[in-house]
Amino acid sequence: MSGWITQQGPQNEIVLSSRVRLARNIANTPFPAYLNIDEANKVIDQVEMAAKKNDKESYKLYTIDKIPYVDRQVLLEKHLISPDLAKGSKGAALISENELISIMINEEDHIRIQAILPGFQMKNAWAMANDVDDALEQSLDYTYDEKLGYLTCCPTNVGTGMRASAMVHLPALNMSGNISKILQTVTQIGLTIRGMYGEGTEFQGNLFQISNQITLGLSEEEIVENINAATSQIVEKEKEARNILLNNNRIQLEDKIWRAWGILKNARVITSQEAMKLLSDVRLGMDLNIIENLTVSLLNEIMIETQPASIQKYAGEELSPDARDIIRAEIIRKKL
Amino acid sequence: MICNECGKRPATVHITKIENGKKTNMHLCEQCALAKGALSMNTGFSINDLLAGMLNTGTPLPIKVDFMDDPSCPVCGMKYSRFRETGRFGCGSCYKSFGDRLTPLFRRIHGNINHTGKIPQRTGGRLKIMREMESLKAELANAVKREEYEKAAEIRDKIRALEKSSGRDE
Repeated sequence: MSGWITQQGPQNEIVLSSRVRLARNIANTPFPAYLNIDEANKVIDQVEMAAKKNDKESYKLYTIDKIPYVDRQVLLEKHLISPDLAKGSKGAALISENELISIMINEEDHIRIQAILPGFQMKNAWAMANDVDDALEQSLDYTYDEKLGYLTCCPTNVGTGMRASAMVHLPALNMSGNISKILQTVTQIGLTIRGMYGEGTEFQGNLFQISNQITLGLSEEEIVENINAATSQIVEKEKEARNILLNNNRIQLEDKIWRAWGILKNARVITSQEAMKLLSDVRLGMDLNIIENLTVSLLNEIMIETQPASIQKYAGEELSPDARDIIRAEIIRKKL
Repeated sequence: MICNECGKRPATVHITKIENGKKTNMHLCEQCALAKGALSMNTGFSINDLLAGMLNTGTPLPIKVDFMDDPSCPVCGMKYSRFRETGRFGCGSCYKSFGDRLTPLFRRIHGNINHTGKIPQRTGGRLKIMREMESLKAELANAVKREEYEKAAEIRDKIRALEKSSGRDE
């Protein structure tokens, strides 16, 4: 299981993970969409060699079209690869042993370095991704322009090629109806909010990803600072909202949380959506010490292991959505 | 409020458009909004459309795009018109090939046109020194302005050392 899921991090009760992604491209090579299979494989070889030669981390190579569909989806559910990489046929990913670093190859760009850490530690995530970048650059020539910085396939990534995102759990702000106001404010300062699995994915289980929109004209450190400032404020607001809920509606809140607990502990059939919703309630219950003897990592594990592909991996066979709902309920009962 | 377009039905769609820093408001009924494509957010709106939209605003496009208006990247063959449709470049050289045409786009997306972040360690050595030199010179000017001559002398020595080392590199 990935390090960000099982390890504890700072302010882990609200910030689930801190992630930094750097987009890089190899000079004199068309972007992946315009490569044939042989050329794409050459890029994979180049990046793998560069990582093996210079990086202290040891990686395992996953070639997308050589691994079963379910395994691809599991990597996606663990946030180790992106939906686009999982869909494509030319891609690969180098994933570190602790699963904190993944180097996606031939996604939209030749290289996307990702560092993902538990809790609120964006600076460390940036430092990790930066180290990997330096290591790869020892043997790869990047497309870089003195004025525009790192050149990327999409003009929205040019400059630093950096996307930093904090995944936050905001149940109280959502319950008190303040979430849309906050999301709006965030977008006004050059940041954006996405669903749990990135661009275009839906909001589930009160989980939101706060990430930077602007990649040109700000340094990496400034981007990290912006995300940190916005995230800390949102964390504070969430804490306030939690206190208000506790002070004014304690019994109703406890009722909601214990009902969620009751269903999760006893259900025989449960959809992914319902599970995400109830897990969010239980997570809140744990944070507020209403439910004791629970850990962040246990809830993270359940959250990831009950995603569709991970369930099928657990069952060892392809399952219909109905069958998955039964196994999902079983996994949750066992874990809790 | 009545729809700006048909002047009959009540306006239920309110659109604020910001173009070149100028704000315009549109109030439309649902039918007119759909007809104008203003509601395309609900019908497969994508980042490509958005980027294409950003490139298309400003000067109106001539109806016929002749060869001269549609340059292509000599390295990968990507046409500018194709980039405008997809919002994706074909290779790193496209940036140079399409040149100044892209500047308004960067400004709209990022509000900026100059990279100030990381410089590649191995290949960016000269650039790194140039940047450092620039910031030292600015510091020096500041120190002189504040009459901090001791500090200014320190900075001057740093600049000299940097000049020496970069001279060796070249």
